[in-house]
Amino acid sequence: MKALLIGEYREGKLLDTTYELCGFAAQLGGESAMLLVGSEGQLPDYGGTLYLADAAACGEYNPDLHKKLILETVARENPDYVVFVHSSYGWDLAPRVAAALKAAQVSEIVALADGGFEVGCCNAKMRRTVKPATSKAVLTIQAGAFPVTRPGGTPRVERLAAEGSGTLEFVGYEPAEAKGVDLTRAEVIVSAGRGVGKKENVPVIAALAKALGGELGASRPVVDAGWVDHSHQVGTTGQTVSPKLYVACGISGAIQHLAGMKKSDFIVAINKDKDAPIGEVADVLVVADVLQFAPALTARLAK
Amino acid sequence: MKILVCIKQVPDMESRFKPNGSGVWFEETDLAFRMNEYDEYAVEQAVRLKEQLGDAHEVTVLSIGPDRVVEAIKKALAMGCDRGVHVQDPAASLKDPWQIAAIIAAYARDKGFDLIFTGMQSQDRGSAQVGVTVAEDLGLPCTTTLVGFAYDNGTITAKRELEGGVKGVVRVKTPALVTCQLGLNVPRYPTLPNIMKAKKKEIEAIPVGDLLREEARTATASFHPPAKKGGGIVLEGEVGALVDQLVGILKDKTAVLR
Ligand SMILES: Cc1cc2nc3c(=O)[nH]c(=O)nc-3n(C[C@H](O)[C@H](O)[C@H](O)COP(=O)(O)OP(=O)(O)OC[C@H]3O[C@@H](n4cnc5c(N)ncnc54)[C@H](O)[C@@H]3O)c2cc1C
Repeated sequence: MKALLIGEYREGKLLDTTYELCGFAAQLGGESAMLLVGSEGQLPDYGGTLYLADAAACGEYNPDLHKKLILETVARENPDYVVFVHSSYGWDLAPRVAAALKAAQVSEIVALADGGFEVGCCNAKMRRTVKPATSKAVLTIQAGAFPVTRPGGTPRVERLAAEGSGTLEFVGYEPAEAKGVDLTRAEVIVSAGRGVGKKENVPVIAALAKALGGELGASRPVVDAGWVDHSHQVGTTGQTVSPKLYVACGISGAIQHLAGMKKSDFIVAINKDKDAPIGEVADVLVVADVLQFAPALTARLAK
Repeated sequence: MKILVCIKQVPDMESRFKPNGSGVWFEETDLAFRMNEYDEYAVEQAVRLKEQLGDAHEVTVLSIGPDRVVEAIKKALAMGCDRGVHVQDPAASLKDPWQIAAIIAAYARDKGFDLIFTGMQSQDRGSAQVGVTVAEDLGLPCTTTLVGFAYDNGTITAKRELEGGVKGVVRVKTPALVTCQLGLNVPRYPTLPNIMKAKKKEIEAIPVGDLLREEARTATASFHPPAKKGGGIVLEGEVGALVDQLVGILKDKTAVLR
């Protein structure tokens, strides 16, 4: 069995998620090769064959050209699997490669399963076991699901020429909004999720944060709806935090939220749904209406 | 300009899910269905574009599934889409993303759409494949995960959301396909007059057999809950007692309360 791993590189840097692909390949067993649109100056710690194209010449986001480079490499290596991270780079590119190869795609794999792959569904509440029905398959792996593995060694580099343009024009990056609150330093974070119901209820959660001597955090829908400022958002597209205590109020526990807080020392979740996936990471799950429970806890702490 | 929005109807994610008789998807009885969240942003953006360009421009909304998906189409019409297309498929949940994309592409192929909007993924399957695959099938340029959208004279300026809140700014000329991320806009609530108006809008029904020629490329072997890692304590009961129990645990297990 052979896997072609598609490394990740952004804003001039090799991304660590590249090594999660190596962790996946190790579990898969068999051979691997890697393709990276990156730079000579930042070769991964990877002793296998590395197909390298220059990001300065190809563009970091140029899916048409990256697809072409991948297809060229697939023709040379004839892998069984082409593997991406399920990221803004991977989920954008993988279906293009699958379509060109007329290959099955299995998205956001969390584990290997008997003869197939385990993927999450229904907002992480359930799982499916999926099997490709084509001889080659394109896979994306969930960020954080496989161990960061640095195989070590120096790659045998095969340079790929960047020729051709694409249909998209990449204009540039816009930095993340300035962080008004640095949640990464907070010892306690109490976060409001969509379960708090409406903007008028956010002060109830803020009061609990204050009573615990912590900061207010938030899930994304609460930020998108304008109830709480973006600088409070926890998750893949917000801040990654690891406080001593994290209290999730009315937060379901989607993978993108968990990615930002699952390393917290102690996690309390308050949710009216006993099956909410936040229960997977919580040390304590309090099954209650947060609008009743949070004020009661605040009052008790004030005593 | 002709615009197409593709939407899916999904169950409320706060529901309890259990496998159905097939063992590869959920039992539908007792579930409440609504428009996929990501698609609400797609519908809103399409309607805003029409409002920007004027009434001569037309927005078609398409959904694949059993009869219940007509409700989601009606909501999109009440939000401002002009006409609906219901691809009738009682077994849509057994199709893989490649087949769903092939159905949409087969419908759209000779219609001359200038712009196609989809959500970046569905809340239930979450494969994030359908939009991009439709674009590949139709040979359209495509960009994904939009949190910003502007259109001017045949050119879209899109902001893609990347990890850590960084954004990538991309320009693309129509015809094109874009996939929409949460927070792209604030989807409107349909008003009563618009709900009434929507009742008069046409919904064309097309049997899926007229559009689908492709075999599935993946097979689902099972649908099941995740293996419980356990370890966590679950507290249930009356609020006052819960507060006491939690405070006790926090004093015991964390240095936060003394
Ligand atoms: C590319 C990408 C990036 C993303 N980045 C992030 C990110 O950085 N951060 C983030 O948070 N999300 C992110 N998301 C969104 C994520 O997938 C989820 O949609 C989001 O985290 C859900 O937020 P929530 O838990 O507050 O809301 P929901 O999923 O709607 O959950 C609400 C919860 O509240 C509970 N509830 C309801 N009422 C009550 C009540 N009265 N009392 C107690 N509990 C109640 C419900 O049981 C439910 O579990 C991202 C998504 C994508 C696709």
